[in-house]
Amino acid sequence: MSRVIRTDVIIPVLERLVKKACYELDDNVMGALRCAYKAEQSPIGKDTIEILIKSAEFAKKEQIACCHDTGTCVVIMEIGQDVCWEGDSLGDQINEGVRRGYETGYLRKSMVADPLERMNTNDNTPAVLHTEIVPGDRVTITVMPKGGGSENMGAFKTLLPGEGMEGVKKFVLDTVNSVGGNPCPPYILGIGVGGTMDHCSWMAKKALLRPIGERNSKPLYAKLEEELLTKVNDLGIGPLGMGGTITALDVHIDYYPCHITALPVAINFQCNASRHAAETI
Amino acid sequence: MDLTLPLTKEIVKSLKIGDVVYLTGYAYTCRDAAHKRIQNTLEKGEKSPIDWTNQTIFYAGPCPTKPGKTTGSIGPTTALRMDPFAEMMFQQGMVAMIGKGSRSDFIPALCKEYGGVYLLGIGGASAINTKQIKSIEVVEYEDLGTESIKKLYFNRFRVIVGIDTAGDVLQTREIQKYKRL
Repeated sequence: MSRVIRTDVIIPVLERLVKKACYELDDNVMGALRCAYKAEQSPIGKDTIEILIKSAEFAKKEQIACCHDTGTCVVIMEIGQDVCWEGDSLGDQINEGVRRGYETGYLRKSMVADPLERMNTNDNTPAVLHTEIVPGDRVTITVMPKGGGSENMGAFKTLLPGEGMEGVKKFVLDTVNSVGGNPCPPYILGIGVGGTMDHCSWMAKKALLRPIGERNSKPLYAKLEEELLTKVNDLGIGPLGMGGTITALDVHIDYYPCHITALPVAINFQCNASRHAAETI
Repeated sequence: MDLTLPLTKEIVKSLKIGDVVYLTGYAYTCRDAAHKRIQNTLEKGEKSPIDWTNQTIFYAGPCPTKPGKTTGSIGPTTALRMDPFAEMMFQQGMVAMIGKGSRSDFIPALCKEYGGVYLLGIGGASAINTKQIKSIEVVEYEDLGTESIKKLYFNRFRVIVGIDTAGDVLQTREIQKYKRL
């Protein structure tokens, strides 16, 4: 039995989610920042985290953007396979919702229409849309505004299969070291291992949405997450790169089967303003 | 310590890495696209539309201002992207840059040569920064939207000295203290 949904019903949902994501860090992120404040040993780092917490609280109270870089609007739709859409183009309706969210929310417009010509689109569209088909007749929409500072520091490399676990660790730590404080630590590190180049990068991005503190269900990866979290923090980069014991709030790894010739690894950083909001319709 | 803008070369020279400074007075926002446009203007043999002598540049692109507020959320962007323009701006008279993150290896030498400083804001604290801004207006390149040049008035805006006129770098010193790997 299919469920018919009109495509225009998602416009107000998107508008609401864009604003909520940009204004409010959720309890999971705020809790992690408070733990980081307690744990940080550097006085400069501690002051920095304290200011970040106060800023996030102020943003929520005033309903203003917690970070000025309200990002590329990444929209993730998990669409039940029993859903049947009716009405105008779904892609257009998503962009209309994003447009309204950024406009009525007084959020920064950071998108240029062409990467070489660089004219601002002035409404922060288009969104970057990911869709996944899931069982059931529901649709879950997640909005993830992704700031440039952290997004720009991501990296991808196809390792040789023989490089294995040690190769993955080296690539991650080399990348973290080379980008220093630029991705606005304390950050979350999303890592994709396996799949193809595109799928690997997507896993790294989606891993950022996993709640801080939650481990991969497979012990091999859970252990690797914990080891990398310790090692990343041992690099001393600290909050905003000004030195300290807390560089990453967490490390999340997801994996996927891959080709016999390859060991793809993708790294996506999520800055301290880890913003996302979701609704199910 | 509290400092009034515009800074002077003497005051800038007295700053040392790690100093927490509260700035009061006028500064300008200027980032990627505006720097590029200034460069094009200068290359044509024309003058910069703004006199940068002793000025402080805030690498920032704010959110639009909500009705009833003074400014939209505002904070430092990655300073590294402005590195190719830093010497040009020093030659124009700039004395201080406010941004976030690390700089290229040649920036400390430029700070030493021109007597300038790199001041660190906090990336991500853009909501609370609005409390320290008393006015903001577009003065050049309005068509660049958030990237236009804006003149703003800081009221005790907090920064930390990241690179001083001796060419010392705060991040290098501090990260060494906590590095265990």
